[in-house]
Amino acid sequence: MPLSNRPGYLPLLLRGLLAGLAAGLLAGGFAYLAGEPHINAAIAIEEAASGGAGGEAPLVERDIQSTVGLFLATGLYGVALGGILATAYTLLRRHLRTGSDTQAALGLAAAALTGIVVVPFLKYPPNPPAVGNPDTIDQRTAAYLAVLALGLVAVWAAVLAARTQSHQWRRAAAGTAAFLVVVGIAYTLLPTFHEVPADFPATLLWDFRISSLGTQAILWTALGIGFAGLITPARQKATVTAA
Amino acid sequence: MPKAQALTTPAVSGKLLATAAGFTGLMLLLAYLVAFDQGALSQSGMYLHELMHDGRHLLGVPCH
Ligand SMILES: [Zn+2]
Repeated sequence: MPLSNRPGYLPLLLRGLLAGLAAGLLAGGFAYLAGEPHINAAIAIEEAASGGAGGEAPLVERDIQSTVGLFLATGLYGVALGGILATAYTLLRRHLRTGSDTQAALGLAAAALTGIVVVPFLKYPPNPPAVGNPDTIDQRTAAYLAVLALGLVAVWAAVLAARTQSHQWRRAAAGTAAFLVVVGIAYTLLPTFHEVPADFPATLLWDFRISSLGTQAILWTALGIGFAGLITPARQKATVTAA
Repeated sequence: MPKAQALTTPAVSGKLLATAAGFTGLMLLLAYLVAFDQGALSQSGMYLHELMHDGRHLLGVPCH
């Protein structure tokens, strides 16, 4: 179904959902190859600490969690994020000062990658199983949601600040400064959690975190490129036919 | 800055905003289902929560 020159919301949404599904499955592939070995290693440490495997039978077998469950999670998450990106694009496109739809779509995805992946990652780096105190899960969840929101505020502040300047280098400087001020305030005010057990292997923690960052980066990059790709060709074709 | 450019998205209307808000709510519910739900939304007990356990960790969500 080709996209009309000025598509409605639903055709854009459909493309966001599709791009999100593809991006989620791609990220799932990366997570399976790069992340699962670290999750398994962390679970082995957890079980050794609790006196060997066993205990009650798990609700879902490990083999299912690390395959079907993993791809289901990343696929559904991708669909949800794709729908949100398409909605943001629909409502914000007119406010983005670029003549290129591709640039607008990629810019929004880059803003999301910065605001809800990079900013949260540096404050609350994700943890593998066996790390984390169950007693603080509610506080950590609330803090995580707060840092996602503040990450988006920081990106928004950067755009507003950049727009107050006319020279390109001043725009870059103002945008960067506003971003860092908001992130700095957020990082200072949000609580800090130190919950990595002293004897947890540092290399395993690092490798897990990098694989998690890679999973999320791949999801947003593929989503941005996929969505841009799905919305632009039809428009370019339409322009060519109209010319 | 170039001001006049051909719009490539639908005109913003009350109907569009309502539809967009509805779908955004649905998408947030779906993300919640993956990231945080412990059975209240899925009505599957802890099954879906456990099933998507590894994805939650690798998507950077605090898990336990
Ligand atoms: Zn977990």
